[in-house]
This record gives sequence, C-alpha cells and structure tokens, in this order.
Amino acid sequence: MSTSGAELLRQVKSQIEEVDPSEVNELIDEGVTIVDVRGSEEFATGHLPGAKSIPRGHLEQRIEGVAPDRSAELILYCASGNRSAYAARTLQQDLGYERVRSMTGGITLWKDRGYQVEIPRALSAEQRDRYSRHLLIPEIGAEGQQRLLDAKVLLLGAGGLGSPTALYLAAAGVGTLGIVDDDVVDLSNLQRQVIHSTQRIGIPKVDSAEESIHALNPDVNVVKYQTRIDASNIMEIIDGYDVIVDGVDNFPTRYLLNDASVRLRIPVVSASILGFDGQLSVFKPYDGPCYRCLFREPPPAELAPSCGANGVLGVLPGTMGLLQATEVVKLILDIGDPAIGRLLLYDALGATLTEVKVHRDPECPICSRDPDEIADEEMGVFPDYEAFCAAAG
Amino acid sequence: MATIKIPPVLRASVGGEKEVGASGANVGEVLRDLASSHPATESQLFSAGGELNRYVNVYLNDEDVRVLDGLDTAVGEGDTLVILPAMAGG
Repeated sequence: MSTSGAELLRQVKSQIEEVDPSEVNELIDEGVTIVDVRGSEEFATGHLPGAKSIPRGHLEQRIEGVAPDRSAELILYCASGNRSAYAARTLQQDLGYERVRSMTGGITLWKDRGYQVEIPRALSAEQRDRYSRHLLIPEIGAEGQQRLLDAKVLLLGAGGLGSPTALYLAAAGVGTLGIVDDDVVDLSNLQRQVIHSTQRIGIPKVDSAEESIHALNPDVNVVKYQTRIDASNIMEIIDGYDVIVDGVDNFPTRYLLNDASVRLRIPVVSASILGFDGQLSVFKPYDGPCYRCLFREPPPAELAPSCGANGVLGVLPGTMGLLQATEVVKLILDIGDPAIGRLLLYDALGATLTEVKVHRDPECPICSRDPDEIADEEMGVFPDYEAFCAAAG
Repeated sequence: MATIKIPPVLRASVGGEKEVGASGANVGEVLRDLASSHPATESQLFSAGGELNRYVNVYLNDEDVRVLDGLDTAVGEGDTLVILPAMAGG
C-alpha cells in the first residue's frame, strides 16, 4: 500500500531535527546561515532578517553557494515548516549536511510571535524594464542593480573623461552621481565632451551635465558642486561617496585627491589622456598602491603638458572614460578583477593596450601610514605647481 | 638590442618615434645609450647627479625597475623598456 502525503511528512519530520522560532531568533545575531526554501515571489513579500533565498526546486544545485561547509549550522524555513522539513532531509541524507534543522511553524509562526521580518526592496516595473539587460546577467541581477541604485559615485570633472563616464553610469542606474566642475561649456569642449551640447555653450558644466543625465535616466540623483576642488573643501565634498572617478586635468588636484581619498579609504578610478595616449588605474587605498606610490613626484612643467591647452584625439576620452565607468561598476558590484596594482596604457594609433605592474611603495609618504596619522596640512603637499606652470608660460 | 617605448612627452626628443632601439647590458646602460643617441632626452631622464629622475618610471617589460635592481637590472635581447612619466590630462 502506498504511503499518504500526511504519513510521508510525519516520517520525514521524525528523521530530521526541528528548531523553534525563539531559538532561531537568538541564533540570528550569531550569524547562523538561514535559508528560505519558499518560492522567490513568497520571499519577496518578506523574509527572516539575513535569510538567503533558495527555492526548494533549486536546493541541491545552489546550497553549496550559500553553505559550503557541511558541518556548519544551517536553518531552513518555509511558510509553515513542511517544505523545509523535506528540504532538511534532502540536505542531511543526500548531501551530507550534519547540522541542518527545519524551523517549526515556518515564517507564519515566526510572524505570529512578533519577530522581525525583512521586506526586500523590489525594483519597480519600469526599473525592471529599464535595467532588464542587467537583470539577465547572473553577475548583476536584481540584487546587483539595487547595489548600483544605492551607490554614490563622485566625478571630478565633467570634461573629456567625465562626460562619457557620467552618461554611462547614469544609464546603468548608479543612483547618485556627484559632479565637481567650476567651468562653463565652451565651443572647444564639444569635440569630445559629449554630455554637453551646442545649445548649452556658456552655461555651467554641472548644470549641462545634470540636464543630459536626467534626460537619459530620471532615476539618478545628481549632486552638483560648481566649484574648484582644493584642500579647503575636498574632505567635505568626497566624504560619503563609494567610488571617485578622477578625470581632472591637472597634477595638483590629482595629488590632493589621492591624499584625501587614502585618508577616507575611498577607491579612485583614475585615467588621464594626452594626444593619442591614455593611462588608467584603480587606486584602492590599502588594498593596492596609491597615486603617490605610482608617481612619487610630478614631472617638471616642461614634461607635464597639463599647464594650458593640449591636443587630444576627440574619441580618446570616450575610450578611457568608459574603461573608467566599467571599473566603477565592477567596484560597486564587487565582480571581476579591477585594475588595482596595474596601470593600463592605451595607444590609440597603435590600437594596443599595454599593462605594467604598480606596487605599493613601503616608503609612500601617504599610504604607508595609518590614515588617522595624515594631517590636514599634509594633504596635497606638492611643489608649487601653479607658479611653475605660470613660469612655463 | 632592447626596444624602448617612448612616452608622448618625449617623442619630440627622439624625432617623433614611439619606439627606439638602444643597447646595453642593464637598464642604466640602455638609457645612457638612448641619451647619447638623442641628447635632448638626457636631462629629462637623468638628474644632474646621474640618477634617474624620480618622476620618470621605467619598466622592464611589465615590471617596475625600482622593485628589480633599478638601473643595474639586467636587460636581455628582445626585452622592452617602457619609460613612463605621469600624465594629467582629463
């Protein structure tokens, strides 16, 4: 005679360990792994704090991603405690999990007892459509898109590099874009600064950039800083951002930014361009070298054509700016291998990309020290470059 | 003979070339050979005391010579030296 469903459930529950919600509530604070085996739509209506979602149908394939250690404590739950009982038996008998338990009464009893429920934020229907090509990539998905929407990225300069970077980060749904630029749009900018337009000549670049960003993606919160960044305002401006994009056109600001970002431990995606050549690296404080490890001293004025106008191929900042945008997205999503400890050299004419290694300098005046030891007056210490540039004419 | 990759700011000093060949058993000798063939590069590469200027980074293939043996780093046939000053354009 075949076994009834109710009988099977009784048998399964006699073979596994169960745990009361009150004990789970205590274990949550200790960081025990909790898996919700309900369907993803049920999970989206609310779940135990910190619980991972693995619908029962995917349990065998996905459990190792969440619980690689089979001797570690693992708690499963569902709506009422039945599906999680079956799931617990599978993990225990078929996959060898030694300390798996099923929560009695499921999330229904959990809620009845008044314990905390976390309601995941969901993308709106419009966002699901707008970001659908991201949602289709397993490395991004809804969770990654939410991280992008929560991210705050600061762009130093809305010029050649900042233009494409800002547009693509906005399109990708980076939720907050800060833009620092004290300049106004000039006709000579438009050969490469694609975020601006002919109609907006003469208006501040931060306003022009904001207009283009909102036309592309109204989700993005634009924070404008129409100012020149200097030692007096940099800490206040950059504090609170997750990633900084360095596209500034002069050495003093690059060194100042380095020192301040090391102090606040904010990663900087840095690029520079000249003629047909571009350089790019990611400086993640204390994980890799900083800008001063790479370039301990700025070159003298005659070797540093940042003093005044210089020629640049119009599409080059597009190439380098989008490499920067890509690195920003990777840092936010914590995927791939960011260009930390590597300097990429792009030669547009040769169509070559060369890479050299960058090491942390044990004698670096900035990042060899604890960030709290770096004093205000040390930041951005630099040869008197503006005087030097003025002297160079 | 090693190949030296010339950065944009030094190209005018070597007749506009992006790469030039130079001889020598180590990094210092190769750079000296470059400076003797193209004297305009000398003051840009070396300080008055003959040291490599601190603002010039030199890589043997992809490795910074500062973490190797500096100017004494041995250079083989077919090696590439990359001379790299900082750029600030944005």
